[in-house]
Amino acid sequence: MGKLDNFKRSLWVFHASGGSCNACDIEIVAALTPRYDVERFGIKLVGSPRHADVLLVTGAIPRDFADKLRRVYEQMPEPKAVVVVGNCGTSGGVFYDSYNIAGPIDEIIPVDVYVPGCPPRPEAIIDAVVKAWLKVEKLEKKLEGKEE
Amino acid sequence: MTPETIFYSVAFPLLGVFLGLVYKGIDRRISARLTSRIGPPIRQPFWDVGKLLLKETIVPKNAIAWLFNAMPILAFASSLTLLLYIPFGVLKAPLEGYGDLVVILYLLTLQSLAMAIGGFASGSPFSSVGAQREMVLMMSYEMPLATVIVGFALIYRSFSLTTIASTPVWSIVSPLAAFGVLLLFVALLTVTPAELAKLPFDIAEAETEIAEGMLAEYSGRNLALFYLSDAVRGFAMAAIEVVLFFPFTLSSILGLSLTGFALYAVEALWFLLKVLIIYLLAVTLVRTSFGRFKIDQASRIFWVHVNLVALLGLALIWVGV
Repeated sequence: MGKLDNFKRSLWVFHASGGSCNACDIEIVAALTPRYDVERFGIKLVGSPRHADVLLVTGAIPRDFADKLRRVYEQMPEPKAVVVVGNCGTSGGVFYDSYNIAGPIDEIIPVDVYVPGCPPRPEAIIDAVVKAWLKVEKLEKKLEGKEE
Repeated sequence: MTPETIFYSVAFPLLGVFLGLVYKGIDRRISARLTSRIGPPIRQPFWDVGKLLLKETIVPKNAIAWLFNAMPILAFASSLTLLLYIPFGVLKAPLEGYGDLVVILYLLTLQSLAMAIGGFASGSPFSSVGAQREMVLMMSYEMPLATVIVGFALIYRSFSLTTIASTPVWSIVSPLAAFGVLLLFVALLTVTPAELAKLPFDIAEAETEIAEGMLAEYSGRNLALFYLSDAVRGFAMAAIEVVLFFPFTLSSILGLSLTGFALYAVEALWFLLKVLIIYLLAVTLVRTSFGRFKIDQASRIFWVHVNLVALLGLALIWVGV
């Protein structure tokens, strides 16, 4: 159990934005500001998917971006979790019947936590990342079980 | 090799890793407070390392696997070796007599070099760009760094760090040369963030432009080793600056006459305090206050401005000593 504590307290987040209108992205950045300061929980934005534990995805994914998103997901080391931020990513939002989007994000990569809202508040995003911890922990337990 | 040396050679690196992570935690906490955030707990770097060690370690398909995996180990080993050459307060350096300031210069270079080679071996364009930037930056700041070391060799007629630590530099030079030493100190303080790849000179690891640069493809255990070597190097660099410029012992300032364990305990804490102050001044304050330079700006700063300051300092020492 002691090993999993490290995951609870240190979570590095990679943010992939595809076709987002920048509103969700701004709210994600707002979580880093003095008002919300996620660094006090050990949550940190990193610049490379290889360093990340959680993938934050925003926006209705255009068809051209779908395979790039899949590659970003595959580049992340296990255990990993995916959080979708905003209405566009969860359901397609106002673009749900557009000819140009590849559908909601859970049709492209497995999603663990959805954060609806246009845009969602930073509190909601922090809550989602915390929920992603639970999933990462579950995965880690499964990995440990395999080793035994 | 006496048993004592072997004990120190094991104990110092362990202590160094611990202290490096603690200093990194303090650095993050203070940096957060300076931007009116609460900041992570001081234990945060330990949790980060613990987590990285649990993660999967990926070797990219088009990387040169053996080089890619060897470089984090080389960086970590060279940073631990670096610790063995630094006299902690009144303690002698464990490898005293086996090397001197020039070896320290090489070990500092080796670490940056290992990161750059690891970046080239990753087979990712981001890493290659990062590694090239690191090489350019290294070529820029090595000259002022070497000038500082030559300056000290001129004063003491010796490269040994223990000789330098035993007599404070300010007490044996003329006022003119003391001004030169001050200029060398300014030059070394400017080189510190570049040496440690911290803002404003973290151009090789710019996370927003080139996806963490040299480290872009590293994950899991390899990344943890780089993280540790970065922490140790930060502590070691600040410790070197303290040994070179502020080797004053607390008992000599206050006129205390301590002996035995009390002496070692008090002096060790005093040394750690001095290192912390230098670390906060040279790294935390600077990285919180400045944005990132472009590589050509950084190169110009070191080749023109810092070099001028360092060479002027060297000239004053040469005239004044």
